[in-house]
Amino acid sequence: MATAAPTESSPRTGTTMGEVPGTIEQALLLSRYQFRDYLRSRRFILMLAIVAVIGGILSFILAYYNGSSTVAGLTSSSDAFYGSLWGGGVYVVIIFAGIIFGGDAIAGEFQNKTGYFLMGLPIRRATVYGGKFLAALGASIVAMVFYLAILVANGAVYLGTGLFPVSLLESFAIALLYLLALLGAVFLFSSMFKNSLYAVLVVAILFLFGFTLIEELIIGLVKIEPWFIIDYARATIAYPFDANLPPHIATVVTMGPRGGTVTTTEYNPTYPEGLAIMAGYFILTAIGGLFFFEREEFT
Amino acid sequence: MTPSIEAVELTKQFGTFTALDHLNLKLEGAKCVGFLGPNGAGKTTTLKMFTDLIFPTAGEAFINGVSVQTDRKRALTDCGDLIETPEIYPSLTPLEALELSGALRGMRPEEIRSRSAVVLEEVKMTEWATQKVGRFSKGMKQRVNIAASLLSDPDVVILDEPSTGLDPRGMAEVRNIVRGLKKENRLIFMSSHILSEVVDICDEVALINHGKLLFYDTLGNVSKRITASATSVELAFVGPISDEAIGTQIVKLPGVSSVYRVDAQRVRMSITGGREAQAQVLERIAAAHLGLVSFEPSQSALEELYLQEISKGD
Repeated sequence: MATAAPTESSPRTGTTMGEVPGTIEQALLLSRYQFRDYLRSRRFILMLAIVAVIGGILSFILAYYNGSSTVAGLTSSSDAFYGSLWGGGVYVVIIFAGIIFGGDAIAGEFQNKTGYFLMGLPIRRATVYGGKFLAALGASIVAMVFYLAILVANGAVYLGTGLFPVSLLESFAIALLYLLALLGAVFLFSSMFKNSLYAVLVVAILFLFGFTLIEELIIGLVKIEPWFIIDYARATIAYPFDANLPPHIATVVTMGPRGGTVTTTEYNPTYPEGLAIMAGYFILTAIGGLFFFEREEFT
Repeated sequence: MTPSIEAVELTKQFGTFTALDHLNLKLEGAKCVGFLGPNGAGKTTTLKMFTDLIFPTAGEAFINGVSVQTDRKRALTDCGDLIETPEIYPSLTPLEALELSGALRGMRPEEIRSRSAVVLEEVKMTEWATQKVGRFSKGMKQRVNIAASLLSDPDVVILDEPSTGLDPRGMAEVRNIVRGLKKENRLIFMSSHILSEVVDICDEVALINHGKLLFYDTLGNVSKRITASATSVELAFVGPISDEAIGTQIVKLPGVSSVYRVDAQRVRMSITGGREAQAQVLERIAAAHLGLVSFEPSQSALEELYLQEISKGD
C-alpha cells in the first residue's frame, strides 16, 4: 500500500450539512429541475406545436364538414365525440411526447455528459432514473392535457357546454397507463444506447410504424393474438366510451377479389387484458431500463 | 474524522486492455495530492472509479472509509468531484444548478444561497449567476462545475485536470482556487499532466503509468531523491563556446558527470552531489571567464523523476 508522510494544513471551519435526502425525495427534487429544463426547452415548444397542429387539423375538419353525416355522427353524443377524437387520437400525442421527452432522457446523460454532473453527487442511479422518468411523465401529461383542452373546446362548440363525461376521465386514466408503458419502453431503449440519435430513431420507428407492422404480421401470418405488443393494448383507451365492447375474437368473412370469400380473424383486447398488457409493459420495461442504466459506464 | 481516499487492488480492464492494474493507494489527512501520468496512464479511469462513473473489474475504492462500489450515496456524501468537463442542463442558471446540487446533497435552502454566493464569487461567476448555462463557453461551464464541487464544503475533493479547457488566466485562477482549498483542512486528489501545476499546488505526488503506480511520495522527498542523483543544468554563454573550453574547463569539474553541446552558445550538463555541487560548478565556470550568462536547472526535480520513471516503463 503506497502512503506518504502527512502534510500539515490549517483548520477549516466547514459548513453544517443536513442529512442527504432519501431516494424518493431526491427523485422528486431531480424531477422538478428536469421538468423545469423541459418547460424551457425548444423540445417542449415543438411538442406543443405538434399538439396544436393535430388539434388544429381536427378543429378545421370538424368546422369544414359541420353538417355532414360523419360530423353529425361524431357530435351526436359526448361518448361518440370523445371516443373518436380522444380515444382514437391521444395515442399519437402520447407517442410523440414519449419520443420527444424520453428518447434521449438516459442516452443524453452519457452523450451530452450531463450525467457527469449528476452522478458525482451522492445519489443512486435508480434515483436519477426515477427522477428523469417523473419529469418526462410530467411534461408528457402537459401535452396530453393541452390536447384534451383543444378537444374540450371543440366539444363545447359542438356538444354544448357542461359535456365533460365521466367516461373521459376514465379514458384519461387509461391513457396515463399507456403513457407509463410507452415511457417505460422509451426509457429502456434510451438506457440501452449511449447515443441519443439511435435511441430516438429506434423508439420513433418502433412506436410509429414498427409495432403496428409486427402486430399485423402476427395476426395475418402466425394467426395468434398479439397480446405481447403494446400497440394491441391501446384500443382500450377508447373502451370507456363504448357501451358495447368489441368481441375479443371475431371471425370476419369478406368477399375476395375473384368472387370467393376470405376469412380473417380479428382480435381485440378485453378490458382487463388491455390494462394488464400496459401495466406489464410498464413494469418490465422499467426494470429492464434500470438494469441497463445501473450497468452502463461513463467511459 | 480524518478525510481519506483508498484504492485497494483497484483494477480496470476494457476488453483485453488493462487500464488500471491492482492499484493500492491510501491518501489520508488534509493535503493536496497530485495524480500524475501521461495520457492514457489510467488517471481518469481511477478517478471515475472513485466516483462510481465506471466499475472496477476487481478491487474497491473507498472514500472516508466507505466503499464507493457498495454504497455510492454514503461514500460521495462528503466528497466534491469534477471529472472531465460535465455539462449542466442548458436551461438552468448557475444558481439553479447549484441549488439542485445542494438540495440533492441535503443542504438547507439558506445554506445553499449563502454558499452559492461564496463559491460563485470564488470562481468569478457571480456576474453570470442568473444566465442560462447553455450559452456559456467551456471555460465558464468548468468554473460552474468547480463551484458545484465545492458547494457543500466537502472534506474530500477529487479533481480531474480541473484547468482543462481554460485559458491561461483561467488556469491560473483555478490554481489559486485549489491552493485556497488546501488551506482549509481537506484532502484534495487532483489529476494533472501539467507538472508545474502539481509542483505549484500539491504537497504530495502519485505517479502512474500503464495502469501501475510508479511512486507516491511528498514533493520534498522527490526533490531529495533527485538531488541525490544527477541534476540536469543548462548553461548559456555570451558567445560561441569552444570544444576545447568544454573539454578542459567544464567536463573536468568535480561533480560534472556528462556534458553535451546544445548549440554554439549553450551546453547541458549533469551534476551529481546536490545543490552544493551545483554551487561549486557555477562558481568555477564563472571564475573561468568563459562568458557565462545563465546557469539554470533545465528541469524541476519532479520533472526529472517523472521522466526517469516514465522512461523505465516505455
